[in-house]
This record gives sequence, structure tokens and C-alpha cells, in this order.
Amino acid sequence: MSLQTVKFYQTGTYTVGNRLLGPDDRSVQSGELRSNSINSGHRACQGCGEALGARYAIDAAMAESNNQLIAVNATGCLEVFSTPYPESSWQLPWIHSLFGNAAAVATGVAAALKVKGKTDVRVVAQGGDGGTTDIGFGCLSGMFERNDDVLYICYDNEAYMNTGVQRSSATPPTARTATTMPVGKEPGNVFGQGKSVPEIAMAHGIPYVATATVADLRDLEYKVRKAMKMHGARYIHIFVPCPLGWGSASHDTIKLARLAKETGMFPVFEAEHGEVTSVLKIRNKQPIEEYLKPQKRFAHLFGKHAHPEMVAHLQAIADRNIRKYGLLDEEKAHG
Amino acid sequence: MANKPFAITLKPGTSLNNLTGSWRSERPVYLDRLPPCNNACPAGENIQGWLFHAESGDYEQAWRVLVQDNPLPAAMGRVCYHPCETACNRGQLDTSVGINSVERFLGDEAIKRGWKFDAPAATTGKKVLVVGAGPSGLSAAYHLARMGHQVEIQEAGPLAGGMMRFGIPKYRLPRDVLDAEVQRILDLGVTLKYDSKVANIQQSMKDGGFDAAFLAVGAHIGKRAMIPAGDASHIVDAVSVLRSMEGEDKPMLGRKVVVYGGGNTAIDVARSVKRMGGEPIIVYRRTRDKAPAHDFEIEEALQEGVMIKWLSTIKQAEVGEITVEKMELDEKGFPQPTGEFEKLEADSVVLALGQDVDLSLLEGVPGLEVKDGVVQVASNMMTGFAGIFAGGDMVPSERTVTVAVGHGKKAARHIDAWLRGESYEPAAKHEIAEYKNLNTWYYSDAHKTVRPMLDMIRRQTSFDEVQGGLDETNALFEARRCLSCGNCFECDNCYGVCPDNAVIKLGPGKGFEFKYDYCKGCGLCVEECPCGSIKMVPEDI
Repeated sequence: MSLQTVKFYQTGTYTVGNRLLGPDDRSVQSGELRSNSINSGHRACQGCGEALGARYAIDAAMAESNNQLIAVNATGCLEVFSTPYPESSWQLPWIHSLFGNAAAVATGVAAALKVKGKTDVRVVAQGGDGGTTDIGFGCLSGMFERNDDVLYICYDNEAYMNTGVQRSSATPPTARTATTMPVGKEPGNVFGQGKSVPEIAMAHGIPYVATATVADLRDLEYKVRKAMKMHGARYIHIFVPCPLGWGSASHDTIKLARLAKETGMFPVFEAEHGEVTSVLKIRNKQPIEEYLKPQKRFAHLFGKHAHPEMVAHLQAIADRNIRKYGLLDEEKAHG
Repeated sequence: MANKPFAITLKPGTSLNNLTGSWRSERPVYLDRLPPCNNACPAGENIQGWLFHAESGDYEQAWRVLVQDNPLPAAMGRVCYHPCETACNRGQLDTSVGINSVERFLGDEAIKRGWKFDAPAATTGKKVLVVGAGPSGLSAAYHLARMGHQVEIQEAGPLAGGMMRFGIPKYRLPRDVLDAEVQRILDLGVTLKYDSKVANIQQSMKDGGFDAAFLAVGAHIGKRAMIPAGDASHIVDAVSVLRSMEGEDKPMLGRKVVVYGGGNTAIDVARSVKRMGGEPIIVYRRTRDKAPAHDFEIEEALQEGVMIKWLSTIKQAEVGEITVEKMELDEKGFPQPTGEFEKLEADSVVLALGQDVDLSLLEGVPGLEVKDGVVQVASNMMTGFAGIFAGGDMVPSERTVTVAVGHGKKAARHIDAWLRGESYEPAAKHEIAEYKNLNTWYYSDAHKTVRPMLDMIRRQTSFDEVQGGLDETNALFEARRCLSCGNCFECDNCYGVCPDNAVIKLGPGKGFEFKYDYCKGCGLCVEECPCGSIKMVPEDI
């Protein structure tokens, strides 16, 4: 496993904190003095995975950079709910870019800092899956290819949520969105070819690429802190469930992220210079139905007019992820 | 805009103006639920409470919390049948927490390190007589002494411990352990008079100027069964056999010893006989699953080579042999005779058919009610005579050391209140922390530590203790397997998982608070709380 596990401390490394751990072994989020980069009062929905993921990631980056951090934010949910004029939830220098150019703006910020000789100030760019995998994709690829000194974080909630849940290139097959209605022979989003931006980032050979979920805080913090120790173009793709867009209960946000990982639907790994260096193993493998059923966007796959063949197809996608990344321990894989 | 630095349009953190708490229709609240182990403990131990301190390696504090309820942890850590472990929620996850083994470790550690009880409260000037130095009497004496009362125990026998000494064999409870725990209670200032059989309780109270009495004489008279027997046949009762094991003159039972009965006492006798070089055979009228003995004790006895004849009754005893009749269970599960007989070699027959209470000390006490051979007590453990309380095996209950210790504590609280002219009202119980309240994802996979067992030859030939204890490292491991069901153990999950930063961490030992101005009521904290110590309640709208 990629990060140091704590053995036999009642809850090991799974919980946010642990009274039995020394301060150095604790997570950033467990600290009373965490920076709370995105403060209370933001207007994200109840149980928003993105608001949570953003605080996890940016607090960790703040801790690693001694609070010398500038954030560039693409248009999207995160930007809309955190900064309705005249208020802001952000507690660090923060700049709003267009929907599609966050990577380019961040490149500019990094270049300006370099010119001014402020080597201690670091830059993160952040956006949703729409701003990253669709609209901002060209700028992002350019930032990778030039190896600009930016950590780009994508919060992936698998659709354009703030404009009304339209499909993005990160929307999973069969999912219902406003633009992929559950009608016809193959209801919901098409199966298509898929588009893994983490793998595309790896293909650029940049120093660091990682995926994470809001269900594995310690893994997420480890990856952000590791990325912040490096220079050049770095990319972290964080899986953030969206109760509104997915039709899930607000209290199930973390559970769904956990199930995405435990089913193999969302592989959690890290890669350096284009090579996978570690994966977060599945602890207790679950069938894909466990992940799909609590979400209304997949409701048409079950019930009276069920589509077991589509569920089986999704299971095959999860199984391929498990094979491809080696997500199961040997004995579990054969057991 | 003019007042702001260049390019700054929105002030940092100004979203605090937006009180998102108004969106909420349900609010999370912290609560304490009653852990199933605590609920199941007949001695009323705060098990989770003492495990909490053991988890951080503070064994002395753990022991101090433990002995607030039970002054005999080293003994109980050996002989208790641990209903706590049966109730433990972790049993549904992998295996229950080895509460009993940690208790024993703490008890042994206290003896090893010479920890003493906290000094008693200021003296009250009241005198209480405790009759019997068994687990119940010792427990009552201990609690009364800590409350500041002057306590005298009058014990009929020459040694303290009651059934812990004269009923439970050494291989389960070494006597040096028992002696150490009794001595620690006496060190509190409790007087213990040996060989002082109380013949008349009212007279003894009057003579000694006692304000109240707690009776805990136990049940020491072995029940007899009508077995047609030849003149020279050797039939004895189990209690006498076990009692004589403590003295110089070991019981003369011969080689082939038949033990009649299926309870723990029958097992204890058979295993003792095995250790003395005899060949014990247990005869019991029903089947293994119907036997009152605990299954692990039956298993250990079988391992050691004790023979057991199920579905059999003794019809006749002669010199050197007995006749048994085979039984079969009817549809209601009761044994019925079959008419098939069999002869067994038997140099002696030990009857382990239960025990009766010697109630002679209560003669002439008005208002007392005796039913089924035991003294009836009210919910406050008081008999029908004001000021005389009773507990342990002489009142209606399950007859175990743990129940007896619990009676002693309960009686002590009521005696203390009664002496002040008040009545003791126990605090209302919290709702039980059930398995479904937990989010077990967060607990590390960790199976129970198996305690070492003595090798078989020594189990069959010596009275050395059969089950070993834990050491410091695996006791820590075992304590940390506790899930802390229903009570916050400061894992910071609620503080971490709130998307709205609406949980305040108050610092070590102080827990957490919600910022209801910003809590949107999503319920993530409740869902992700490992131990179930938060719940959602509807807002008044």
C-alpha cells in the first residue's frame, strides 16, 4: 500500500483522526488548526462531495506549503457555491478563471511567481469534470506538455451539475442525466469508449498523477502532500459523489465513494512519470449493484423494466479495472 | 471596492454571513448509548470505560475504573463466564473482544505492581455486618467500606473466598490470586472474623451494635438424590469433595469415580478427580446441549480425558459398581426411561445435583419469606426484615461469582441509602448501542487473541492453572479491538467529514460540538460515525 498504515489502533488508518496517534501521524483534517480553506456558509447542497473533497485537498496543500498557496478555480459548481457575490468561502488567495482555461491561468500565475522570484509560493488549479475533461482539456494538455509547475486537481462528480446535470465525458455509461434520459432500448448515457483523464495525464509522462476519493481521506492527503513536494505538472483526480445529480441521499456521499472504490468502478492509484507506482487495494469487494442501487440515476437498470445486461456490462468495466490495476490482493482475486 | 487591495473583490471567509443552518430539517446530536457489554455484565462493570484507558496503555487507570464496580478483577478474569463477550458487537464483525482476558491482565497487573484501592470516603459512623466472605460478601464489604461505613465480615469457615475457594478448583483460580485480592479488601479497614458462624442474625446484630446486615452465606449443602444403595457403597456430595480438596486430607474416592450431574460443579469434580489420578466418568440424564455446564468446560474436560455418559440415570449403587438406565428425550426434551440397563465400575459416586442454602441463622426473624429454599428479597436486595439485606447464592438468581459480586455492589448502594434514610435510585439506562448503529468499515480487521493453554499432560496430572494470561503487548492489542459502541472515542470522523465545516473540535477528552448556524443537516456525520454516538433528530418547524 502506498501510505503508511497504522496497525491495531482500534481503527487503524481508516478514521479521520485517532486519539492514540502521535500528532505527526495524524491527518491534516483531524487538526484543530487545519486551515479550513473553504469555510462554513458556502452554498453547496447538503452532503456535497465536492465541497468536502476541496477542503480535504486544499487544506492538505496548505499544510504542505506552509500556507503559501494560490488557487485558480475553473467555473463550475465549486466556484459558484463558494463565491456568490459579495461573499467568499475561500481563506486563501483565489482566482476565478473561465470554464475552460483554469490550467492556462494557473500556468500564468506560476510564471508570474517565477519572474518575481517567489519560489516558496505554490499554485494549484482546480475544476470539475466538465471544466477538466471536456472544456478545459486543451489547456490542461498544454500545461502537462510544458510541465508547468502547477498541481491540477479535478473534482469528478461525473456531470455538469451546477447547470442542471448535463452529461460530461466523465459521465458513466447508463447514467441518467438531463441530456441522457432513460428512454429507448439503451436508456441513459451510452457506453461509448470512455475517457480516463488520469491515464491521458500519464501518457504525457508528467511527474505525478493520482486518483483519490473522499472516502479515503488519509490516502487523499498523502497524495496531495506528495504532489506538493514535487515540481512540474501534477494531476490529481478526486472522486466526489453528488447527491443532487446522482439522486442519492445526502448522508450517503462517502459511502458511495467507498463503494465506487470497493466495486472497482473507480480505480484508486498513483503514477510517476507515466508508470503506476501503487494502487489502493480493494478491502472488501462488492458487486456493482451495491454501488448502483442507492443512486436514482441508475434506477432504470432495476425494477420492473430492468436491464441486467447493462448491469453486467458495468460489472465487466469494474472487473477490467480490477484486472488492469491489480486492485485485489492475490488470495482475494482467486478466492 | 476602493478599500480593498488590488484585485481583491471578495473578502476571505465572508461566507460566514450566510447562515446555512436555516436549510436544515433534521439536526445531528451527540448521544451516549449503552454498550452491550456493560448492559450484559451481572456485576455492572463499566467495561467500555475501563477498556478506554487500557487502549492508551494506562493500565492503572483502567484498573481503577474497573474496581469502582468489581473489587476482584483477577478472580473474575478467570472464573467469569463473560456474558459481556457473548453480547459484544464485535462478535458480529469478526470475534468478540477478549474482555475477560484483559480484565484478568489488569487484575494480575494490580497484584504484581501492588496497586491499592483509593482511600474510603469520610467515615459515617455506621456499622454493617456482612455474613459470609464469599464473592458477594466481599463485594458488599468493599463497597460499604469505600462509602465510609465500618464493616465486619463474619465467616463460618477458616478461609475467605466462599465458593471461589471451596467450589472452584485451583486449576481455574490459583489461591495466591484469590488471597491477594481478599487482602486488598481487608486493607481498606474491613474486619474479617474466621470460624465465626452466625447462629442467629438478630442476636449477632444486637451484640455487635450493627446498624444493618448483609447476608451472603451461599449455598453449601449438596442436594441428595434417592439412589437405592448397598450398605457399603460410597456416595458423597460434590460440594464436600471440592471443599476437602482445599484441606490436607484429600478425599478418598478410589480409582473409578462416577460423577452424577451435568452442571459446572460436576465438571469441576471430574476434572479434579482426573488430576488426582482417578478415572472420572460423568453420568448425566440429558444430552450435551441440554447440560447446564458451559460448553467450553465440557470441551476442556473431554480434552483432558474425562468420560461422559449422556442420557443415563443411576438406578442402583453397590460396592464397586453402579447400574445405570439409558434414557431418551421425549418430544418436549425431557428424559424418559428406556428400560435398558448397564453396569459401570464405580469405587465411589459423587452427587453434583445442585446445592441448598443453610438458612438456620434466619430462624425467628419476622417478616422473612423463604421460597424454593432461597430467601426472597425486594429490588433493593432487602429481605422482609428492615435492615437485613441478602445476596449471592442464597437469593433467587443465577449462581455465579459475577452475579454474586453484582449483588454485593447493589446491596451496598441500597444499604448506604437506607442507613441515611433515603432510597437509592439507579440512573436511567441509555438506549442500547446495537450493531446496526455502527459503521464497521472504520475498524481494522483484527481477530481475537487466543490465550495460551497449559499442555495436556500437566492438565491431567497437576492443579496448575489451565488457561494462561495475556502479556502487555497483546493485552493492549486486545483492548484496542473494542469498538467503543455508542460512545465517542474521538476518532475525529464527524469533524473531518462535515462538508460545511460545522463541527467544532473541543480538544482531547472534550469531544465535539455542532455549529448549528452552518450545519445543513446532511447526516454525513451520523452515517460515518464508527461507534454510533450521533443521531439525527427532527427540527421543530
